[in-house]
Amino acid sequence: MMKRSRTLLAGAVLIVSFGGCATSSSAPPTEQETLAVIRAGFRDRGIATVDRLNQTELQATCSKYHNNPPQDVRAHLEKAALATVKYPGDGKWLGDFKQGERIAQTGVGLQWTDTAATVNGGNCYACHRLSKEEIAFGNIGPSLYHYGKTRGTSDETLRYTWGKIWNTHAYKACSQMPRFGDAGILTEGQIKDVMALLLDPNSPVNK
Amino acid sequence: MPPRVIAVRSRALAAMAVALFASVASAQNSNSTMDEIARYRQMLQEGNPAELLIARGEELWKTPRGPNNASLEKCDLGLGPGVIKGAYARLPRYFADADQVLDFEGRLVYCMVTLQGFARADVVKSPFSGTGQRQTDIESITTYVVDQSRGMKIDVPQEHPKEKAAFERGRYLFYMRGGPYDFACSTCHGADNQRIRLQDLPNFEETEAARLAFAQWPAYRVSQGALRTMQWRINDCFRQQRFPEPVFVSQATIDLITFLGVRANGGTMDSPSIKR
Repeated sequence: MMKRSRTLLAGAVLIVSFGGCATSSSAPPTEQETLAVIRAGFRDRGIATVDRLNQTELQATCSKYHNNPPQDVRAHLEKAALATVKYPGDGKWLGDFKQGERIAQTGVGLQWTDTAATVNGGNCYACHRLSKEEIAFGNIGPSLYHYGKTRGTSDETLRYTWGKIWNTHAYKACSQMPRFGDAGILTEGQIKDVMALLLDPNSPVNK
Repeated sequence: MPPRVIAVRSRALAAMAVALFASVASAQNSNSTMDEIARYRQMLQEGNPAELLIARGEELWKTPRGPNNASLEKCDLGLGPGVIKGAYARLPRYFADADQVLDFEGRLVYCMVTLQGFARADVVKSPFSGTGQRQTDIESITTYVVDQSRGMKIDVPQEHPKEKAAFERGRYLFYMRGGPYDFACSTCHGADNQRIRLQDLPNFEETEAARLAFAQWPAYRVSQGALRTMQWRINDCFRQQRFPEPVFVSQATIDLITFLGVRANGGTMDSPSIKR
């Protein structure tokens, strides 16, 4: 009996040590190890520098939850995002819808093939339907055709639309849309032009 | 085929493209647009200039080159030295000699360095041809080798612990949002039936879409007049994602290709394909 227990014990020790060995070589990589491999796998090129891999809290949280965070996290992100929105200083919401259409058409900017002097586009058509005439539109975002026609231009709509463009996460945490104002992609003037594209009754979006 | 024939063929393809886009512009609904695009792709597939690169790649594979004056015929792509048939469909995988997981392009670099004696820095310096330039040796050899897997099942292994780790890191990178646009791979490739403008985006969370997409790379890009490899595909996605530039055959790129490949397992290789 005594002898048998010792054998069992020895067996157990063996299993533990083998188990330990197997664990250390086949355990999934830690987040730290993964990030180290990712960082080593990219390099600066032009304006696209490796510091772009340093995630903001929002980016890290949305990545972690595959863009579907639990309710309390969602509420926290939306509150923080809303606090970043800078509304137009002069109280004027709408610019020139024709300029807005140009901004919506071009996706240039912030790639390593661009320069710091490149005037960024908004690339809205990549993901949204806007005017009736442009049929080469993407569908990652909802259709914005007749956006102003169906919503009008109440103060509430103006504030919401501006906030949505400035930092989309204010209204939908972990949305796929870029933070056009908060991340400095578009200027305040460009955002006014895009606002006009969406809300001006004469814009092709509302025809 | 002589270069003049290629030029004529490219012009014919360009004319077809113009004709297609004219008809797209007049299309009244997205269904007929999609039908037109499918018809255009079919037209393209019937005359794939990538065929011309296969011969050049084969010559580069078999000709003794580099400081060691050696050919690549002893290069082990995972199925034994010199076995090319079906090798691409089983990559990336773990290689004991390199003690790491390598994709095809990473393994090719390894063989050019260890067998032929080329300096690694020279081999990885300019892997992708520029507009109007001659295709690089890496692009040509890749075309030759991937063609030898056409019709074969994608079977990216997940046995070695390092293969499993590569998959896990690749999955992490796939969902990692960053840069000024907050984009991850999953932004465009994480839902069904998504498009950027009119370009369909494969959803890598869905098995059939992942299989079809993975099976078609490398591909001949008509709009660029060039054969593009999987490493190029990853590189150009990250450019549009507004990320810094991925280092050619870095572990991170191989991890991502491992993730995509495992997701595509069971699909049938159909490369080099031809795309817009």
